[in-house]
Amino acid sequence: MSRTLLAVQGLSREFGGVQAVDALEMEIPEGIVFSIIGPNGAGKTTLLNLLTGIYAPSAGRIWFDGRDLTGRAPHGFAAAGIGRTFQNLQIFFNMSALENVMAGRHLHEPCGLLAAMLRVPALARAERACRAHARALLEFVGLEGFVGANSDAMPYGALKRLEIARALAGEPRLLLLDEPAAGLNPTETGAIDALIQRIAARGVTVVLVEHNMKLVMGVSQQVLVLDYGRKLAEGDTESVRRDPRVIEAYLGSEAEDR
Amino acid sequence: MLQRLASARSGGMTVLVGAVLLLPFALTNNYYYEVAILVGLNAIVCVGLNLLIGYAGQISLGHAGFFGLGAYGSAILSARYGWPGALALPSAIALAAALAYAVGRPILRLKGHYLAMATLGMGIIISIVVTTEDRYTGGPDGMSVPPLGVLGWTLTGERSWYWVVGGVLVLTVWLALNLIDSPVGRALRALHGSEVAAEVTGIDSARHKVIAFVLSAALAAGAGALTAHYAGFITPGKVSFVHSIELVTMVVFGGMASTFGAVVGAAVLTTLPQLLTVFKEYEMVVFGGAMMMTMIFMPKGLVPTLAARLALRERTDEKAGHGT
Repeated sequence: MSRTLLAVQGLSREFGGVQAVDALEMEIPEGIVFSIIGPNGAGKTTLLNLLTGIYAPSAGRIWFDGRDLTGRAPHGFAAAGIGRTFQNLQIFFNMSALENVMAGRHLHEPCGLLAAMLRVPALARAERACRAHARALLEFVGLEGFVGANSDAMPYGALKRLEIARALAGEPRLLLLDEPAAGLNPTETGAIDALIQRIAARGVTVVLVEHNMKLVMGVSQQVLVLDYGRKLAEGDTESVRRDPRVIEAYLGSEAEDR
Repeated sequence: MLQRLASARSGGMTVLVGAVLLLPFALTNNYYYEVAILVGLNAIVCVGLNLLIGYAGQISLGHAGFFGLGAYGSAILSARYGWPGALALPSAIALAAALAYAVGRPILRLKGHYLAMATLGMGIIISIVVTTEDRYTGGPDGMSVPPLGVLGWTLTGERSWYWVVGGVLVLTVWLALNLIDSPVGRALRALHGSEVAAEVTGIDSARHKVIAFVLSAALAAGAGALTAHYAGFITPGKVSFVHSIELVTMVVFGGMASTFGAVVGAAVLTTLPQLLTVFKEYEMVVFGGAMMMTMIFMPKGLVPTLAARLALRERTDEKAGHGT
């Protein structure tokens, strides 16, 4: 197996006496699709918020590519190479689809104030390149028909893809997807499945938090099961599917049917 | 769409430059010039304030404080210490920008009502200092301000002032439009749209809020200093809470997140009370009424609402033209 991209040690987060994430140990190898599953309230979204710096851990450390990111601000996690999408859409609704993706490239754009206000030629060039890059990403996620659209006029399924395009624009090495298929119909879910595989094929390590077991079992190489903030099981899809504790806690009879 | 946006930008710039160049033909006496100059000065403040409120989505109810800091700073440096205007004015702007930076770092962590209250408090503190430090400021009676001079040449007369203010306004609008259409401007709009999403795409939200705050404070201070030198007199009224509210009303009425909206808002709400001089005491009623009507009938403000109407009509015309 390839080297570890992300590792957490003893990671904990407490909310008023409730351990949302409890002394979690986890290692995510580079170049795979790694899924995190678990019942509602298992701490999946809290974990993603910890892995992007939105929450500071109560205890434990987060290592990314050998660097300790613990205590950094969210934009510091982004700068290190971690991108994400949100379960509840966090679109910049005051901007067009293209501008959303262009904003996602912030880390790779010149951000001098004076150069911006005087619109120096180098900046104008960078803007053209940024626009072309964003357009290509919209095509990559299948939104070529929405390039000039105002984001507040786009359908839900398209917005889910827009978040993915915006996250990819930051050229992350690790992409965290928080329920990308939630609220989508089976056809749209199939398209997300294909999209995740194409993202992985670009060499981006993907962490997928998802309730749709068909999607999870189809795209992941490794699965981690969370329950009450603790690791219940971990392994490849087959071993997790057969694990009696997992079946009891989460998959239930639904999994046995499959 | 993008082409239309670009053309709206350069089109708006053309309209603004044209208006500044052609307006003197309609200004038949000095009083009209005076109103036009006041419009220009307020528009400069509003373009800056719009960067903060309209684009970055951060409220300030204390910008008259920065306006006053620029006005009194430049006035005191030139009247009491004999600094040439060309030095006093930029120093006053730098002072206001430095204060905005120092105050902005801690208070811009606050959101919504809390930020509104904090900026309100800041404005009131500046207003009280101006009123009580009468050794420097002349207290409630105000102070006279020497004219603006550069190397022995003094800026006097309505016409000269008109061209200076018009030039500064055009430059301010150009800089603001460039900024909005750049990575920094996108970052400002992004943190208005979703601060958490902005952060995880790598945007340092604290830094960008402070950028917008300092820029808007510097523009308010610059316009304040120019106002003081132009009028030759400054009173604490220009530093008051009421003036802060007037500035915010101009921005909201003209259209948040629209640079030309800020200019139009300043133009309409500066001219209107002048037309109604008979009702001078009711000036605030005009502002209050304008604010309420804007919120009810066009929450996006005058210019964005009109632009949307126009775009809609264009689209229906196109459809009709293609016979679909």
